[in-house]
Amino acid sequence: MRGADAIVKALEKEGVKHIFGIPGGAIIEVYDALFDSGIRHILTRHEQAAVHAADGYARATGKVGVAFATSGPGATNTVTGIATAYMDSSPVVVLTGQVPTSLVGNDAFQEADISGITMPITKHNYLVTDPKDLLRTIKEAFQIAPSGRPGPVLIDLPKDVTIADVEFNYPEKVELPGYKPKYHGHPRQIKRAGEMIMKAERPVILAGGGVVISNASQELTKLAETIPAYVITSLMGKGAIPETHPLSLGFAGMHGAKYANYALQESDLIIAVGIRFSDRTTGRVSDFAPDAKIIHIDIDPAEIGKNVNVDLPIVGDAKLVLKELIKHIKYRKRKEWEEKIEKWRKMYPLKYRKDGGLKPQYIIEKIWELFPDAIITTEVGQNQMWAAQYFKVRRPRQFITSGGLGTMGFGFPASVGIKTAFPDKVVIDIAGDGSFLMNIQELATCVDFGVDVKVFVLNNMFLGMVRQWQELFYDERYSATCLKCKDMSFEKIAEGFGAVGMTVEKPSEVEDALKEAIEIDAPVVIDFRVERLENVYPMVPAGGALHEMIDKEV
Amino acid sequence: MRHTIAALVENKPGVLARVAGLFRRRGFNIESLAVGITEKETISRMTIVVAGDDRTIEQVTKQLNKLIDVIKVSDISSNAVERELALIKVSTTMQNRGEIIEIANIFRARIVDVARDSFIIEITGDEEKVNAFINLMRQYGIKEVARTGKIAMQRGNKALE
Repeated sequence: MRGADAIVKALEKEGVKHIFGIPGGAIIEVYDALFDSGIRHILTRHEQAAVHAADGYARATGKVGVAFATSGPGATNTVTGIATAYMDSSPVVVLTGQVPTSLVGNDAFQEADISGITMPITKHNYLVTDPKDLLRTIKEAFQIAPSGRPGPVLIDLPKDVTIADVEFNYPEKVELPGYKPKYHGHPRQIKRAGEMIMKAERPVILAGGGVVISNASQELTKLAETIPAYVITSLMGKGAIPETHPLSLGFAGMHGAKYANYALQESDLIIAVGIRFSDRTTGRVSDFAPDAKIIHIDIDPAEIGKNVNVDLPIVGDAKLVLKELIKHIKYRKRKEWEEKIEKWRKMYPLKYRKDGGLKPQYIIEKIWELFPDAIITTEVGQNQMWAAQYFKVRRPRQFITSGGLGTMGFGFPASVGIKTAFPDKVVIDIAGDGSFLMNIQELATCVDFGVDVKVFVLNNMFLGMVRQWQELFYDERYSATCLKCKDMSFEKIAEGFGAVGMTVEKPSEVEDALKEAIEIDAPVVIDFRVERLENVYPMVPAGGALHEMIDKEV
Repeated sequence: MRHTIAALVENKPGVLARVAGLFRRRGFNIESLAVGITEKETISRMTIVVAGDDRTIEQVTKQLNKLIDVIKVSDISSNAVERELALIKVSTTMQNRGEIIEIANIFRARIVDVARDSFIIEITGDEEKVNAFINLMRQYGIKEVARTGKIAMQRGNKALE
């Protein structure tokens, strides 16, 4: 069997239903084989978008997302997509074409050393030089990407390998002596964690993306209710507990609610689950939760003790560990702590000035009111933070955002991947004008494949978050942040692609526009002309401690 | 504090690049690195000398362990036999040859090549011994030094596998 046919057959065996990608000379054989396959290929208009789409698909479904690209520029275009997936532990398999093995290393046309380039941003990667290794390599990739702490795997496929004749003997499972993720937590450690929790007077749970990945939100919610303890998440942890739950304090960190940050800072025990204590969540690490002991549950042992000192580590899968941990807990109300937190919650709600023009926060509130079940993607910057603050996520995998790498241009192509997986769900990309422009070409993909995602652009004609920093910390010296273009219209751009475009300038028009956009059977872009100088508050300045938040009087 | 880390890795192309890249990316400093095949031809052994506090070394070991091609990592800084091999090309004259041979003998070093105006001397031992010998040779004029970097093995019955 031709190598290319074996590849496609192997993908079918892995249960792959959708592939995102762009063909080219080096991967043309694989595309030829794909022509006869039942796998649906979504032709994105940029390889970066193909990987983001596969990444979005993976995050929303929990299954491996697959992207194709050709050699050279096709492969290098995938780099940002791969790095995004890597930072947020998303299981993506990227297959790239490569020049024939006889030319590898010769600076051939469209040659790039993509396995070398992506070494630090993949969980693992391969350059297949012998057709005999082809099928085993694919199996390894599909075994490695979703297991343990998930991550992207790249397979570079020289053209001659895809032409070569191979015998199709696809292994059921392969042995990887250097890869043995630990799923079950140590029983004694879990018991000790239970004791620490029972003793704590001011416990909080800090949940990260690992809870979502491990499908542990039910167990986490149950743990919170059993202790009982309030739950704070990282940005990636949104959805670990329904944010409408009375014990949810939303997300903490640079733009978290004050009550969430205060609760962390004053706690005496943090039960951290599937979280890596990123600087955006902890603030100045030397002043992070000074009185708190930390229990850290994570599947990746390298995360334990990396950023903060941990009092009790438990290496294992969040779901399995939490299941065991709950058995050691007895309900004990901590009245004083609860009252304190509820007081903070009342005193410091998230808020914004409602007078004046069109407020971005208002738009998010309306989206949430009207479509609380929609799957939301975001871009990066102010749009992302407002979305995180005002869209109360009800279930895991509902809020999909580039947390670690902070990739502008992620949300829109990711929404394409998600809508492909869930054609019957409402999928909304909450975008900024700067971010949207970074992958706007995907409107063509949407129109071409009938992917009816809705892009709501909070258009302030600025690189808003950078502008906010310049306003607050750089004496309003707005260096290179103004994106105002004479007469540029996202409505017309959308129409130019054959999608539907709308422009909204007044708060009174928001609700109708949103409803109409969702009802229309087509990809829709709404250009919301928001107040240009609106800022995201509260805010911990970069390098500040979590409780040192700045806010604007409202 | 310097640590000696031994790692068993798959004997595959690119593994050295992965390990070296990991050290560079995470800001760990490699002082020396030696690689060679083990009793199994599919497995190589790396001996890495790295400087850092306990926290750094813990991260080094954990991050190394995360690499799929790395099978086993162990910090063997204490209670280990450590050896390094060096080849030193040193200038000689008719007058000082005898003296150099004598010093080499004291260090149990061997002269492995003799030319009209130079020797190549082979010395094995722990790092301090090799350093001491090289320092002594400086007075005669060192033309070239090649060192393998340290290899090490823990004493006793226990084996890294």
